[in-house]
Amino acid sequence: MSTIAMPEPDAALLSRREEVVAELNAALPGGRVISELSETRVYECDALTAYRCPPLAVVLPETTEEVAAVMRVCSKLGVPVVPRGSGTSLAGGALPTADCVLLGVARLNRILDIDTENRIARVQTGVTNISVTQAAEGDGFFYAPDPSSQLACAIAGNIAMNSGGAHCLKYGVTTNNLLGVTAVLADGEIVEIGGAHLDNGGLDLLGLLCGSEGQLAVITEATLRILRAPEGARPVLMGFSSNEVAGACVADIIKAGVLPVAIEFMDRPCIRACEDFAQAGYPDVEALLIVEVEGSEAEIDAQLAKIKAVAERHDPIGYRESQSAEESARIWKGRKSAFGAMGQLNDYMCLDGTIPVSQLPYVLRRIGEMSKEYGLDVANVFHAGDGNMHPLILFDANKPGDLETCEAFGADILKLCVEVGGCLTGEHGVGVEKRDLMTAQFTGPDLESQMAVKDVFDPRWLLNPAKVFPLEASASRRGASAV
Amino acid sequence: MSAIAAPDSEEALSGLIKDAAARKAPIEIRGGGTRRDIGRPMQAEETISLDGLRGVTLYEPGALTVIAQAGTPLADVEAALGAEGQRLAFEPPDWRALLGSEGEPTIGGAVATNFSGPRRIQTGACRDSLIGVRFVDGSGEILKNGGRVMKNVTGYDLVKLLCGSYGSLGVLTEVAFKVGPAPESAVFLMMQGLDDATAIAALSAGLGSPYEVTGAAHLPEDCTPEGDGAVTMLRLEGFAENMAHRGPALRALLSRFGAVELIEDPAQVASGWAFIRNVEPFARTEGAVWRISVKPTDGPIIGARLRESLGARVFYDWGGGLVWALVPEEAEGDAGAALIRREIAALGGHATLIRGSASLRAAAPVFHPEPPALARLTAEIKAKFDPAGVLNPGRIVN
Repeated sequence: MSTIAMPEPDAALLSRREEVVAELNAALPGGRVISELSETRVYECDALTAYRCPPLAVVLPETTEEVAAVMRVCSKLGVPVVPRGSGTSLAGGALPTADCVLLGVARLNRILDIDTENRIARVQTGVTNISVTQAAEGDGFFYAPDPSSQLACAIAGNIAMNSGGAHCLKYGVTTNNLLGVTAVLADGEIVEIGGAHLDNGGLDLLGLLCGSEGQLAVITEATLRILRAPEGARPVLMGFSSNEVAGACVADIIKAGVLPVAIEFMDRPCIRACEDFAQAGYPDVEALLIVEVEGSEAEIDAQLAKIKAVAERHDPIGYRESQSAEESARIWKGRKSAFGAMGQLNDYMCLDGTIPVSQLPYVLRRIGEMSKEYGLDVANVFHAGDGNMHPLILFDANKPGDLETCEAFGADILKLCVEVGGCLTGEHGVGVEKRDLMTAQFTGPDLESQMAVKDVFDPRWLLNPAKVFPLEASASRRGASAV
Repeated sequence: MSAIAAPDSEEALSGLIKDAAARKAPIEIRGGGTRRDIGRPMQAEETISLDGLRGVTLYEPGALTVIAQAGTPLADVEAALGAEGQRLAFEPPDWRALLGSEGEPTIGGAVATNFSGPRRIQTGACRDSLIGVRFVDGSGEILKNGGRVMKNVTGYDLVKLLCGSYGSLGVLTEVAFKVGPAPESAVFLMMQGLDDATAIAALSAGLGSPYEVTGAAHLPEDCTPEGDGAVTMLRLEGFAENMAHRGPALRALLSRFGAVELIEDPAQVASGWAFIRNVEPFARTEGAVWRISVKPTDGPIIGARLRESLGARVFYDWGGGLVWALVPEEAEGDAGAALIRREIAALGGHATLIRGSASLRAAAPVFHPEPPALARLTAEIKAKFDPAGVLNPGRIVN
């Protein structure tokens, strides 16, 4: 048994399943509604696979108007709606409940406009993250946020979770690259927020929607900032004798005034797994930094000279600059495959807390100590430049009690992140996974102020209701949604 | 003259707000007071000043993080950062000369108004640099959101909601920023005599280049310091080796639009961009000032209409996407408010009346009117955070 509870499904809704399906079918063109268990089972989980539950029904609308029709039906019948992008959430953001309609945006899959003169892309949100860059790269442009799952993850999910990636130290996360949305509110009303222009007057509802985990509205279209690709980029590999030394080196690089586009960190267990997987040529060391800088060849040489000078103060074990585009691609392939590579060796739970960069050495040491106490190994891979950690706790899903031990260990690590001034989640979102830890970071009134916002957008708490807030804290509100 | 309280702690501030809420007594929230004439005139008998909440509370250069109490003078924050070779990335503007105001701009005021300078196009707005807030809402509740780390998706992003809310949802007490390295050097490329459309095309070409242009502005002839021919400007910042490569490369790229001059004198670079950032073309002038944000290629379209219909003077920042317009107050009886909003409705964007007489600001909507659904959401959020309606009532949200 795992430790995260979901609310009991509403029996009244379950008994009205056929009515819900019929109303959805009546409101939509044919082929949009899936209600056979054999097919809804496909949607029973996202990438947090320890938790599964087939929804009441699945809808796959193809237009904003169809999404609005779904929301009108569900609002009328009082049925919870769980929005889903590509289902790559590691936090259970798209985990259904048995009494919900799962609204997948996969068929909202068109790139609507690439406008390089104004440096924007307009897309439907079911498109994958990588497809935005693919649509723009012929003109020399790219979309900056690059989650490791970028081949699969949808822009809808990126917006819901305010996703980051390896290169956000320089380019920011989703919210910094999102200029406008078309959104469908809980009652089916379609609204436009922002657009091709910057910084709307009035309250920043766009900023509020981004990262709201599908609890405030369903985003169907987005205007994204695209950027001209740099002339070149080059990663460098630097090995260190300990995690602490590598952590200190990161802070010194930043203090030196160089702002690399990425500073990634891997420890030995992770290095070995990724090396086996991608043959990236990683050195077998205690701790590895991948630092990438951009610009012309001469600019890259000059920046790397500065970085090398800093690194040398920390006695690096090996310092190797990529010699070719192929080698750079392998280096990044290894890093971006880290989760998959570890998954081939072990079951693992991936954490996502962020800490102040200055606390890296301390937190890494504490994680090592806790690893011994809990008797579970940890592999560390993370975005060191911004303090966003991804400790992978290794466990055996077939061993009774191991998952629970792993979850308890994970909770302790996340509480440690909060204690040192950080947060529970840097880019994956709260979902169900960290829902019950929110009280470690927020006071009751803090949570109340966030839930008040949901009250405004979704007074009956029908959108993704059992996520983000501890069940206890949201109980009275969710209770109100029952018909 | 209204009563001014300057609490020196969140608890004291909370007490004052609870008291005001119980009496339903409107309060004006004031930082440095340099932008208090932006927004609808308010009828508040009482004022809460953030003067008692000053000081940088945490600064970690190695983590690119600074936290300051909301009443801290912006200059103090910038001095602390400057000493470590860092800066606020969003280039906060100083509009005292534009608005005819006095006082010391505060970091809290910068957040409450979310105005950003020319570098906005490259590194984002104030709201993009802001990573955490502490504030006291209209019920006197002491709240926090975000934190001190730059990647944080824990819970809803009320940081964005508070940024640019003009004190209408809560009184900021502490703000945390992701900061950036201050560049070793800065230069700009200047072209002269371009018409608006050609100039904006040149700015687009520059912004679409890989050279990381951090400022892209166009001053038509009637907005230049000397009034002697239009000036188009593109700024580059970075290490000396970046300038050595990017200056000539960008110059070559722009040469198809006309002659390009490279300006390297630091004093000239600094004053040239302060002129844009601080809207100096319209400082110490008469008339209403509009700040209009549109798609960059729509900038010259709006600019031309405002000149023809309203006798406006206009200039452009943000690659053409930010149009500054000086309009006679008497134009169309509303300083062109209705006409400007009509034009924007067709193109997309928004217009804010940054400077206008109290009577004009009372009569014409200062902030761009929102569609009914968004106006309803905004009003309901205001009601949740300030149920008694005491925080800067009417200034941004009715």
